[in-house]
Amino acid sequence: MHCPCCCTQMAKKGITPLAFDEMMNADNSPRQPYSTYNDWYASQDKTRLIAKSKEAENIFRKTGITFAVYGHADSSEKLIPFDLIPRIISGREWRKLAQGIEQRVIALNAFLDDIYHKQEIIKAGRIPRELIERNEAFLPQMIGFRPPGGVYTHIVGTDIVRTGEDQFYVLEDNARTPSGVSYMLENRETMMQMFPELFHQNRVRPVENYPYLLRHSLASLAPPGCDGKPRVAVLTPGIYNSAYYEHAFLADMMGVELVEGSDLRVIDGRVKMRTTRGYEAIDVLYRRVDDDYLDPLTFKPESALGIPGIMDVYRAGNITIANAPGTGICDDKAIYSYMPEIVEFYTGRKALLENVPTWRCSEPDSLKYVLENLADLVVKEVHGSGGYGMLVGPTASKKERSAFAEKLKSRPANYIAQPTLSLSTVPILVNKGIAPRHVDLRPYVLVSDKVQIIPGGLTRVALKAGSLVVNSSQGGGTKDTWVLED
Amino acid sequence: MLGRTANGLYWMFRYIERAENSARLIDAGLRMSLTRSQATEDDWDGVLQSSGVRDIYDDGYENLTSTDAIDFLLRDKANPSSVMSCIDSGRNNARMVRTALTRETWEATNECWLDLKTMLARRVKAADLPEAIDAIKRKTGLIRGAFHGTMLRNEIFNFSRIGTFIERADNTARILDVKYYVLLPAVSQVGSSIDNVQWESILRSVSAHRSYGWVYEAEYKPSHIADFLILNGRMPRSLAYCYEKIASNLGYLAREYGESHAAHATAEETLASLRSHSIKDVMDQGLHEYIENFISHNNRLGQEISDGYRFY
Repeated sequence: MHCPCCCTQMAKKGITPLAFDEMMNADNSPRQPYSTYNDWYASQDKTRLIAKSKEAENIFRKTGITFAVYGHADSSEKLIPFDLIPRIISGREWRKLAQGIEQRVIALNAFLDDIYHKQEIIKAGRIPRELIERNEAFLPQMIGFRPPGGVYTHIVGTDIVRTGEDQFYVLEDNARTPSGVSYMLENRETMMQMFPELFHQNRVRPVENYPYLLRHSLASLAPPGCDGKPRVAVLTPGIYNSAYYEHAFLADMMGVELVEGSDLRVIDGRVKMRTTRGYEAIDVLYRRVDDDYLDPLTFKPESALGIPGIMDVYRAGNITIANAPGTGICDDKAIYSYMPEIVEFYTGRKALLENVPTWRCSEPDSLKYVLENLADLVVKEVHGSGGYGMLVGPTASKKERSAFAEKLKSRPANYIAQPTLSLSTVPILVNKGIAPRHVDLRPYVLVSDKVQIIPGGLTRVALKAGSLVVNSSQGGGTKDTWVLED
Repeated sequence: MLGRTANGLYWMFRYIERAENSARLIDAGLRMSLTRSQATEDDWDGVLQSSGVRDIYDDGYENLTSTDAIDFLLRDKANPSSVMSCIDSGRNNARMVRTALTRETWEATNECWLDLKTMLARRVKAADLPEAIDAIKRKTGLIRGAFHGTMLRNEIFNFSRIGTFIERADNTARILDVKYYVLLPAVSQVGSSIDNVQWESILRSVSAHRSYGWVYEAEYKPSHIADFLILNGRMPRSLAYCYEKIASNLGYLAREYGESHAAHATAEETLASLRSHSIKDVMDQGLHEYIENFISHNNRLGQEISDGYRFY
């Protein structure tokens, strides 16, 4: 899994006393959502918990729940550490969050439909034209084309961070091919296997039906050319892709074929897969391949992962591609800073969920501010992901900062800057008991004729004390995420 | 089912079968060097030839020694038929077709790979070899057990079984191809101890040294050994047994799909020949020619299956 993140680091190294802890109050009493869990935890034998933790690791290893880290040839398959203390969110907190996410996802789809059709948001002067049209993620091939059901982002993973009781911020809208949902499901499965009693004591909302919801959501958006029961398939780049485990897992759980580009061909205006009985048509393709590689005739000619001609079939209304090509324009970091305007423009209401304040270095005033305050800011590349190519001001050396300042000055439009946020913490199990660690959250959203938000999602946790880096590619772990029924 | 999935299943089971066979060949080689008063490099030459990797060995090593040959057969990545290479390839194919496998079958395969990767991370000491070979047989056996105990008897099962038996037939035939001369009446001096060692080695390399005794009343005779490995339909590694299985699994596919391919005719033809001949016919025709002919037919069948079911 390689996902973008907020890799901010606190000014003071080590423990951050000011961070909001989601489990314990300052007086060491449990916060309300954790009260039942805390009683259970207090009654547990700690050595048994440590043993359980090892057991969980064995389950993951045995099952092959691994991801690949690019650039590490000898360690090509890694486990993501799993921490067995759940992250618990109350029903009330969740409802508020879910409303904000729903509003945002609706706005994203309206935005995509607009910029590939009338471009009213540009005409209204709310977003600069060149920001859209000069963006690599903007696909001219999508202009004037409306995907089946008008849905662009079938699956969204909105990255959220929390800084206080009621302060949630959207860090990123992952609207291309968000990964990690298999960890959400396996984490829950593992917790239920190891601690069934916890699920009797707490009323935890289920996430297990995600594959079922996903399949139905995808099938409900079959193209006009589909006659009969829609045939769904998952397209993977293959076994060496970092998220291959997830692709196979989802295909398996949905009961659909897992295909590679080499299995597919365009025949008689349909995308068909080569089976042992001949070629059979596919109606909905849940692709886990980037836009660039989807169709060598339209995009990268050297791509061996894609299907020559699939874009023609798509435009003729004979296949649904999820997510639609060209959705990357809406989760671009340069667009991110405009999200409050975008939400308001399309929903007519103020955004319920806040953005992290963002300075666009392309603007001279902002650039000036960023250069002057580099020691307090996180600077990210507009198109980067996975925590690579960024500067974490507070922890960088003076030399690193001045080197980065040069890069900033030479290509300002390539960067945005954000303040370091004091991310909330949730305890993890350590040898001495429990210790707080910073977390983020990625809930998963399915869009069809309705918006469905899976209660919970993937909680990523920084395993090092004080660290705000939650990326699995940089040593982060995961937790089961509970939304309580209340 | 996707053609690529059928291909992945076929090769997954070919590789797992081959890993086991490589382990058996090492076992037979070791045994031979124990029973011989003087172990000769020729014994390992025969083992490498049976495995079809003599040329690759020469590319990487100057001399033929037993320790190098064993390491080469166990863990050399340059050798595509080494136990570790086979387990790697088998598990990669399993990953590719994961959605077609039961959880138990996948986990047995993954655990086999995890354990052997650790065990074969460095050269295995001579004293630890028996234990290592045992572990390989046990781990691959667990895959087979999980597969038989949990998989639906459908096309997935059929393609997997076909892969297993094409590989097994090839292995048994290769052993005969390399060692045919010790089974020729003209060369053998019946009852000499050299022959006994050679014969037992052949039987051991197909794990049949005990069962042979039950069927032929412990009478070591070249024609009996040839009969056991080629024509005996009850011996699970004989050519006849393999083809009974290949033909029946292809038959299921033909009924299920309502069409048959060139592969069906080829398999039936080979099976009919194995059923109708006596070992005397085979010996009269010439054991060597018979085996070479069989190997090339078996390869052709593999290609026809791949074409007929659109593996690529």
